[in-house]
Amino acid sequence: MDLFEYQARDLFEKHGVPVLAGAIATTPEEARAAAERIGPKSGGVTVVKAQVKTGGRGKAGGVKVAKSADEAQAYAEQILGMDIKGHTVKKVMIAQGASIAEEYYFSILLDRANRTYLAMCSKEGGMDIEQLAVERPEALAKITVDPNVGVDPAKAQEIVAAAGFDADTAAKVAPVLEKLWEVYRDEDATLVEVNPLVKTGDGEIVALDGKVSIDGNSEFRHPEHEEFVDHSKTDPLEVLAVEKGLNYVKLDGNIGIIGNGAGLVMSTLDVVAYAGEKHQRGEARQLPRHRWRRLGRGHGQRTRRHLRGRAGQGCLRQRLRWDHRL
Amino acid sequence: MVRLDGNNAELGRHILDEAKLPQLERVDTMDGAARRVAELAAAATETPSRQGRHTEAMAIFLTENSKVIVQGMTGSEGMKHTTRMLASGTTIVGGVNPRKAGEQVAFPGDVTVPVFGTVKDAMEATGADVTVIFVPAPFTKAAVVEAIDAGIPLAVVITEGVAVKDSAEFFNYSLGKGTRIIGPNCPGLISPGKSNAGIIPADITGPGRIGLVSKSGTLTYQMMYELNDFGFSTGVGIGGDPIIGTTHIDCLEAFENDPDTDAIVMIGEIGGDAEERAAAYIKEHVTKPVVGYVAGFTAPEGKTMGHAGAIVSGSSGTAQAKKEALEAAGVKVGKTPSETAELMREIMRGLQK
Repeated sequence: MDLFEYQARDLFEKHGVPVLAGAIATTPEEARAAAERIGPKSGGVTVVKAQVKTGGRGKAGGVKVAKSADEAQAYAEQILGMDIKGHTVKKVMIAQGASIAEEYYFSILLDRANRTYLAMCSKEGGMDIEQLAVERPEALAKITVDPNVGVDPAKAQEIVAAAGFDADTAAKVAPVLEKLWEVYRDEDATLVEVNPLVKTGDGEIVALDGKVSIDGNSEFRHPEHEEFVDHSKTDPLEVLAVEKGLNYVKLDGNIGIIGNGAGLVMSTLDVVAYAGEKHQRGEARQLPRHRWRRLGRGHGQRTRRHLRGRAGQGCLRQRLRWDHRL
Repeated sequence: MVRLDGNNAELGRHILDEAKLPQLERVDTMDGAARRVAELAAAATETPSRQGRHTEAMAIFLTENSKVIVQGMTGSEGMKHTTRMLASGTTIVGGVNPRKAGEQVAFPGDVTVPVFGTVKDAMEATGADVTVIFVPAPFTKAAVVEAIDAGIPLAVVITEGVAVKDSAEFFNYSLGKGTRIIGPNCPGLISPGKSNAGIIPADITGPGRIGLVSKSGTLTYQMMYELNDFGFSTGVGIGGDPIIGTTHIDCLEAFENDPDTDAIVMIGEIGGDAEERAAAYIKEHVTKPVVGYVAGFTAPEGKTMGHAGAIVSGSSGTAQAKKEALEAAGVKVGKTPSETAELMREIMRGLQK
């Protein structure tokens, strides 16, 4: 499950990662009120940021610096309802303005191939990190993290050293990396990414933007993650299937497929397509193979299949993207 | 279209037949059913008969000498599948449940299995060398760690829905400690006629000289059924989770080194790059013939197709990329399970000459 930036920000704050003040708004009026509250912290300047679970929102015009509460309201008016890569903007975050001296990059993610975690860090943040990884791989430090050890002080030192920070900056960045590891570990994340991690004009290290993906299978120890579930986007048939305890995927077409396993259903979709069904038509439903979700209920955990299903989708998309990148 | 294979598939077919629904057609093969449903949707069925041909064979990871314990045996899934494992000839020497230690559990056929408080106690009392874990997801990590600490050589984790952090932690904890983990979220493994550790139906196929490794449980059953005229040395369902204990490559290596496996079927699905890495391994290290199958060619981008790891993201993790990687490594890749089985059948016939 991918989180919105403001949700990531809140998790960062909860775990002691330095962040700037921010508030969420769903209307231009709320945006104005938030800017009036937050603006004075940064000379009246706020940043209006579209909350969408996709990249490239800056280029799409979804991030604007507002010099006054009036401007914040006007930008919110523009941005709310905007379409960014197929995502409709329903919320904006009003964030405190910052003076940025330098921009860095940091992430921790699941490394499927090595069956460990991977920390990545660069002095050259802010830009498209995928591009950096391709064009100047030497500028992106990649350090394996043992899941049973994590980013302890020694590992944090190793990461900042590999990224090539000067001694002063390294000493300030390393403790922030340990806090970000706590977010990854304690929230059962599969991705924690900060881009940019900035050094402000005052020399402070602040996480200015954040991406967090949460493992849907961890719901049993995180009832509080229920609030992250975005119900608005779920297909009504998928919601119904969740209520019935089924894995259901809505596809285009007019053949329904019911099967007792994920692999078999995918395979059947293919075979039906080869036999003449066109354009990925057909609906895949997968019946529960085991009954662990029922066992889970027996132990007092309310199972939320919709959370799990959507979560798997989101964080795996992220994970795969990363896998591909590496 | 309703797809059935696995435990109780025969019963399911029988129920469908008994129901005598006028609008229901039952087709025995996947390809046949697909053709038929496509015909119906747009406005041939075939039923090859096969005879079991069973020969003696060895196996990987699990043999007739394996002594199996079951963690979570006294739960409903544990009881059901322990009954099935016993029926298929598996030597089950104990169950583990700290709250029921000392009890004896009766199974059909006048079999009683003792329950031990810990894996360590069970191993000391019985010499067990395999554990099958049916413990619910919130407690799976503790169960696996206990098995590792007891030093059991093989832990088969059936449980679905294990948090990826837990899997990452118990897998890395196992390194250098002498325990091989299979799973989680897998059907386990079977060496037909010898032993069955997990939930794979034992009556699909007999022993033979084909090795099978698959991310998907149900496609494991499908392929075993398709090739039951040749039989299998061992079939391993490694599971479709993002982090798993035993990979395609581990199984390919074991089959390559098993003198009684002649050829290998490898089944993959969309998501990740395990198949691509397996292809590179095959090119370098595997001399035995390998036939591949990849599920999910028509899966849309960005949808999780049942397994947590099964998702195409952009151009990454596609079935086409996996097929191409396997073919570049000299692996014949079938378009459908039936075609894949036929490719393997040709290879096995060639080897018999």
